[in-house]
Amino acid sequence: MSDVATAIEDAPESVRATTPLTGFLDLVIRSVLPLLLALVAGGILIAALGHNPFGFYLDIYRGGIELSAWQDSLMRASTLTPIALGLIVVFRANIWNLGYQGQFLLSAAMVAGLGPHLERHLSATLTLIVLFFVAGITGAVWTLIPAILKAWYQTNEIITTLMMTFIGISLAAILVKGPFQDFSSNVPQTLPLNLDQLLPTIPGTRTHVGVVIAAVLVLVVHYATTRTSFGLKLQVLGANPRAAVHVGLDPKRVILTAFMCSGALVGVAAAIEILGILGYVRADYNPAYGDAVIPFVFLARLNALAVVPFILFYSVLSIGGDFAAQNSGLPVDFLLVIVGLTLLFMVFIEYLGRRREIGRSYITPGLRAGLRLRKPR
Amino acid sequence: MASDRHEQADSTAGADAPAVELIGITKVFPGVVANDDIHLAIRAGEVHCLLGENGAGKSTLMSVLSGMTQPDAGSIRVGGSDVRIDSPRSALALGVGMVYQHSTLVPALSVLENLLLGEGGGLRLDTERGEARLAEIAATLGVHVDPRARTGDLSLGEQQQVEIIKALWRGSNVLILDEPTSMLTPEGVAELQKVLVRLKEAGVALVFITHKLHEATSIGDRVTILKQGRVAGTLGENDLRSRTADDLQAEIVRIMFGEEAVGSAPVAELEGALPERRQAVRASGDVLLELAGVSASGDGISAGIEDVSLALHQGEILGVAGVDGNGQRELAEVVAGQRRATAGDVLLFGTPIGKLDVRSRQKLGLRYVTDDRLGEGIVGSLAVGLNLVLKRVGQRPFWKYGRTQRGQIEREARELVAEFDVRTPSVATRAGTLSGGNIQKVLLARELSSEPKVVVFNKPTYGLDIRTTLAVRTRIQELAADGIAALVISTDLEELLGLCDRIAVLYQGRLVGTFENGPGAAERIGELMVGSRAA
Repeated sequence: MSDVATAIEDAPESVRATTPLTGFLDLVIRSVLPLLLALVAGGILIAALGHNPFGFYLDIYRGGIELSAWQDSLMRASTLTPIALGLIVVFRANIWNLGYQGQFLLSAAMVAGLGPHLERHLSATLTLIVLFFVAGITGAVWTLIPAILKAWYQTNEIITTLMMTFIGISLAAILVKGPFQDFSSNVPQTLPLNLDQLLPTIPGTRTHVGVVIAAVLVLVVHYATTRTSFGLKLQVLGANPRAAVHVGLDPKRVILTAFMCSGALVGVAAAIEILGILGYVRADYNPAYGDAVIPFVFLARLNALAVVPFILFYSVLSIGGDFAAQNSGLPVDFLLVIVGLTLLFMVFIEYLGRRREIGRSYITPGLRAGLRLRKPR
Repeated sequence: MASDRHEQADSTAGADAPAVELIGITKVFPGVVANDDIHLAIRAGEVHCLLGENGAGKSTLMSVLSGMTQPDAGSIRVGGSDVRIDSPRSALALGVGMVYQHSTLVPALSVLENLLLGEGGGLRLDTERGEARLAEIAATLGVHVDPRARTGDLSLGEQQQVEIIKALWRGSNVLILDEPTSMLTPEGVAELQKVLVRLKEAGVALVFITHKLHEATSIGDRVTILKQGRVAGTLGENDLRSRTADDLQAEIVRIMFGEEAVGSAPVAELEGALPERRQAVRASGDVLLELAGVSASGDGISAGIEDVSLALHQGEILGVAGVDGNGQRELAEVVAGQRRATAGDVLLFGTPIGKLDVRSRQKLGLRYVTDDRLGEGIVGSLAVGLNLVLKRVGQRPFWKYGRTQRGQIEREARELVAEFDVRTPSVATRAGTLSGGNIQKVLLARELSSEPKVVVFNKPTYGLDIRTTLAVRTRIQELAADGIAALVISTDLEELLGLCDRIAVLYQGRLVGTFENGPGAAERIGELMVGSRAA
C-alpha cells in the first residue's frame, strides 16, 4: 500500500496530459514569468533609486542589440553557453559542481599564461587547438578531487567544489603573479597574446568563431544528454542513485565522467573568453559568469537547447547593462540584482507551482527526493 | 453483508455513537478516484478490518482520517460531532493515532526518547513523567518495554509495540494500524493479537488494514471490503461469529473479485496454503549457483551475513526463510553483485564470480528481483519502457555506439508489457505512477527477459494484492519447470511452504538449517526463524 501512496503522490506531475496549451502555459508560467517579474521588480527598484526604469531598459536595448552591439552580446553568450552546458551535464546527474569559478579562472590563467610561449613555437591554428585542449583538461582536472571524494567516499560535493573554488581562485592568482607574469606591465597580468593569434572572426562580422564553437557544443551536449546511453546514465544516477547501483551502472565512473565533462566545458568557456576577447588575464580577474548562469540553467530545466534563449537574453542584459548603468549612474553590479530577483521569483513560483500543481518543477526528481520536497498539503 | 445498517439506525448521539464516523468521503487524485463516497463507522471496543487489494483506497482513506490528506468531499465525525482534520497534529488532538506499516522510530534513540520526540515544550526531557506514562500504557497493552533500550536493537515486533505506545501516548481512543502484520513472524502476529484484545477491552476503537483474508476474519469484529475506491461489502459481527472461516473467505473473495473468481482460485490457494506441489525434476539437475562460506557486512544495524553456504540446482526453488533484517538483503545483494563478499566465494555454473560486477552477472543470466521496488528497482521518473531495459543500458539492439534506438526499446517494451500483463496506459508512462503490483510486474519482466538462468527473488509478493501474488508465484513455478533455478527469499513462511522444494532458515546472518519442504517443516522452521532452537 505504501507503494501506491507514493506513486499517487508523484502522480500530479506525470499523469497530467501535456497538450500544446498546457505546454505553452507551463513555458510562460514556469520559464518566462520569473524573468518578467524580475524585470518589473528591478524597474521598481530603479525608480525607487530615482532613475527612469524605461530609460534604463531602453539603454539596455541600445547598448546590447542596436548597431553592432548584438555582436558583443553574441560573443558574451559564446562564453556563457559552455558554462551553462557544463552545469547541465552534472546537474542532470544531481551532482552539484559549484566549483565553476575555480575551473574557469585556472583554465583562463593556463591559456593566457601558456599562449604567448606556445605561439612562438607553433602555428597559429595549432596554438589555438592546443590551448583549447589545455583549457578543457585544466577544467576537468580541477574537478578530480571533488569527483573522487564523491565517487569513493560519498563526500558532499557542494562543500568540496566550493572549497576547491577558493583554492582555484588563489592558485590562478599565484600563476598570474608568478610564472606567467608580464613584468613589463605595472599591474600583475600575463603577457598579452599576439592579437592575430586570437580566435578568427566570422567573415563579414567582428564576431569571433567562439560563437560557432558554442553552438556546436549545444547540439552535442543536447544530443548526448537526451539520445545516448550516457545521457540516460546521468539521468538514472540523478533520479535514483540506488537504482544506478542496482542496474549495474557503475556510479563511480558516471560521477567521474560527469564531473570531468563539466569541468572541461567550463574550461572551454574560459578559452573562448581569453582567446576571443581578452588576450591576457589580470591577477584579480574574476567575471563570476557561472553565478549569473545558474538561474537560467534551472529556468531551462537542465535542457541544453532551451538554455540558449535565456543565455542570449542575459547576454544582451549584461552587455547593454554596462552601457545603461554608465548612462544612468547606477553601479554596474545592478544586473546581479536582476539575476538575484529572478532566482527569488523562481523560488516563489516553484512553491506556488507545487502547491497548485502548475507546470513542471525546475529541479530534478532525485533532488526533490533528497530535499524531501513533497507537495505541500 | 450490510448487517449493521439497523445498528446505525438506532444509535443515538450518546454512548452508542461510533467513535469515528466517515461520511461520504471522496478523494480524487489526477487520473484516479482513490475514495468514492465511502461511509464507515468505527466503534469503541471493536476491531474494524479494512480489506482490499492494492489501490483499493485503504491507505488513502486512512490518510484522510489521520490528517495527512484532505478529502474532496464528505465529512468526519469524532464522538458524534463534526470535525475537521487538517493535519496529523489535529488528528492526534482528536484522539486518532496511527501506526504505520514502516517504522517511524529513530533507531539511534532510546525507546523513551522516541516517545518524547513528539512532545513540545522546553529543552529538557521530562523522563520521569515519560517513564510513568510508558509503564501505564505498557500495562494496558500487557507488554514489557525497556524505556532505555536503543530502538534499533529491538525486534520488529517490539518496535511495533513502541509504535503503538507512541500512537496512544496522548490518550488516543482510535488507533489505525496499517498492515501491522506484514513484517512480523507468526509468533509476533499472535503477540499483536493479544495486544489488540487488551486494547479492545480498554475501549479503544481499532482500524486494522490488511490484505490477508484470514487475518481479517480472525481478528476483525467487523470487516469492510474496499474495491476500486468504493465500499464493496461489509461483514458484521453476526456474520463473523456464525459462519465458518472458509465460508467467510469465499464470500470475501466473491465480493473482491466477483463470482467467477471463487471457482477458479480456491481460497486455500489464495491464502498461500500448500498449493499443488510442482512435480518438476530437481536435485538431479546440475548445481547452477553455489555459495561457499560467504560473509558480507551489513548496513547500519543489520548484522550482514556470515559463512553462508548453499547450493541451488537446475529447476529447483530454494526458499530462504527468516524474520526481516536477518541478512536477507545482504544475501541477495552478494549474489547479485551489489555487495562485496568479505569472505567465501559465489560460484555460477561452477565458476567463481566474486570479482564480476552486477552487469556481467546479469549478462550471464543471474538475475535479482529486488524487494525495494521503488527505492532501487525502478526509476520512477523514467518511462516504463526505459525501466524495462535499464539493466541493458548501452547494449545492442537498444543502443548502437551509445545512440539510443527508441524504436527497438519501444518494441521490446510493448512485448514485455503484453507478456507480463503490466497494466500501464502506455510504455511511455512514468513508472512511478504505476501501482505496486504493476511495478513488480515491470521488475519481473526486466529480470526474466533474455534468458535468465538463476533468479534471486527477494520478498517477491510483499505488499501485492492476492491476484498479483498468485500470478507471481505461478510465474516462479513455471520458471523452475523450465529448468531455471530460483532462490526465493521471503518473510512469509506460508509462501515458502507453498512454493519451495527446500527451505533454508536465515537467522542473524547465518543459515541455521535447511529442510526438505514437507509435513512438519513449518514448525521446525518457525522455531529456527526466531532463534529459539539450535539447528
